[in-house]
Amino acid sequence: MKRHLSCLATALLLLAGCASTPTRNPTLYVQLGGRNGIAAITDQLLDAFARDPLVAPAFRHVDIGLFQTHFTDYLCQLAEGPCRYTGDSMAEVHRGMHIDEATFNAVVQDLITAMNHQHVPVRVQNRLLARLAPERKDIIYR
Amino acid sequence: MKLLARPGCLLALALPLAAHAGDGRLLATGGVTEIEGSAGGGLVPWAVLAGYGTREQSGATAFRTRLDLPDYRLDAWGAAFTWHNRVELSAARDRFDLGTLGQAIGDPGAALRQDVFGAKLRLAGDLVYGPLPQFSLGVQHKRLLDFTIPHLAGARRDSGTDIYLAASQLLLGAAAGYNLLWNVTLRSTAANQFGLLGFGGDRGGRRLVGEGSLAVMPDPHVAVGAEYRQKPDNLSFARESHASDLFVAWFPCKHVALTAAYVSLGPIAGLRNQRGWYVSLQGSR
Repeated sequence: MKRHLSCLATALLLLAGCASTPTRNPTLYVQLGGRNGIAAITDQLLDAFARDPLVAPAFRHVDIGLFQTHFTDYLCQLAEGPCRYTGDSMAEVHRGMHIDEATFNAVVQDLITAMNHQHVPVRVQNRLLARLAPERKDIIYR
Repeated sequence: MKLLARPGCLLALALPLAAHAGDGRLLATGGVTEIEGSAGGGLVPWAVLAGYGTREQSGATAFRTRLDLPDYRLDAWGAAFTWHNRVELSAARDRFDLGTLGQAIGDPGAALRQDVFGAKLRLAGDLVYGPLPQFSLGVQHKRLLDFTIPHLAGARRDSGTDIYLAASQLLLGAAAGYNLLWNVTLRSTAANQFGLLGFGGDRGGRRLVGEGSLAVMPDPHVAVGAEYRQKPDNLSFARESHASDLFVAWFPCKHVALTAAYVSLGPIAGLRNQRGWYVSLQGSR
């Protein structure tokens, strides 16, 4: 009986051990390297924008410093990080900009280029792109 | 056809459209070119339209494909033009070298050739964005240039028109974090061996067949996948079964795509197990 009890106790301990082991996947925020990693991606993205003839004109009158902070916060919040994006909604930000499909896709390509520069793995890139994709309807042809 | 015969006329048509040529869609979203000249995989037309043009742009592709089988060889080439990511027009030539069969009938250089004129209309949806897949409706009008052998095999007609409905979707990160592409195509056809052995026969005529493709993208430049395509089985003299393949497509940039595949076409005109390597090169602008 005693042996049975100790056996049961061991089994329970093992189960408890299993339950307390963090089995959840890391958040996208962690996978992107936290706020510093995301800020570095944003810096690379701004470099890519500056080299992109389709995108660069849209940033002619944009405060780059403000964009850097806002966009990093935006990605950070989207990636379940401890940040709060305080800027306007995507629909609000892009109103009157008349961004077409080609320009939107150019931005996506620039983001992929930026993430490649920061050695973000393809699967993590896809995870971020999948969260950004639903925003497209609020961004193009506004 | 008269239009195609007049290069000047075609050029005049193409020039104003070329002014809006563009490559605004994402890499690989134009697919490659299937053996009948439509944008798709290697064997199956997909809902995607040729090239990389967006709704404001136009796109075009040209392709060259070779499939080496134990007893035959298939060569295909052609071009496609897409207007505003809405309508795709394509023209292709298939040349099926009869190899072993040609020697058996005392005509070593014998080949079956067909021209395929295709049109595809994007009905709704977007391959990448939005909750729904992209849907397209297409036709492929096929005209066989060499009907003697198909006629002897029992084919009823030397031309026919396939009609198909395709749904395609790219799901971001859906395959263990990698992008997943799926396609389902329903086709109404009477074509024997894609049309190379004519249309209809003693066992029947037009029927509905199913086709599908599944691919994973380990990298934005590479798609690895498989395809399956049912075929009618209209000729008692030359029974046929489904076609399938395993493929790797490489998109180094938006101007070039290179596809390698191992293709199985089943029995063709009495010669069994026609499996072999497929290589296809596509250029886009």
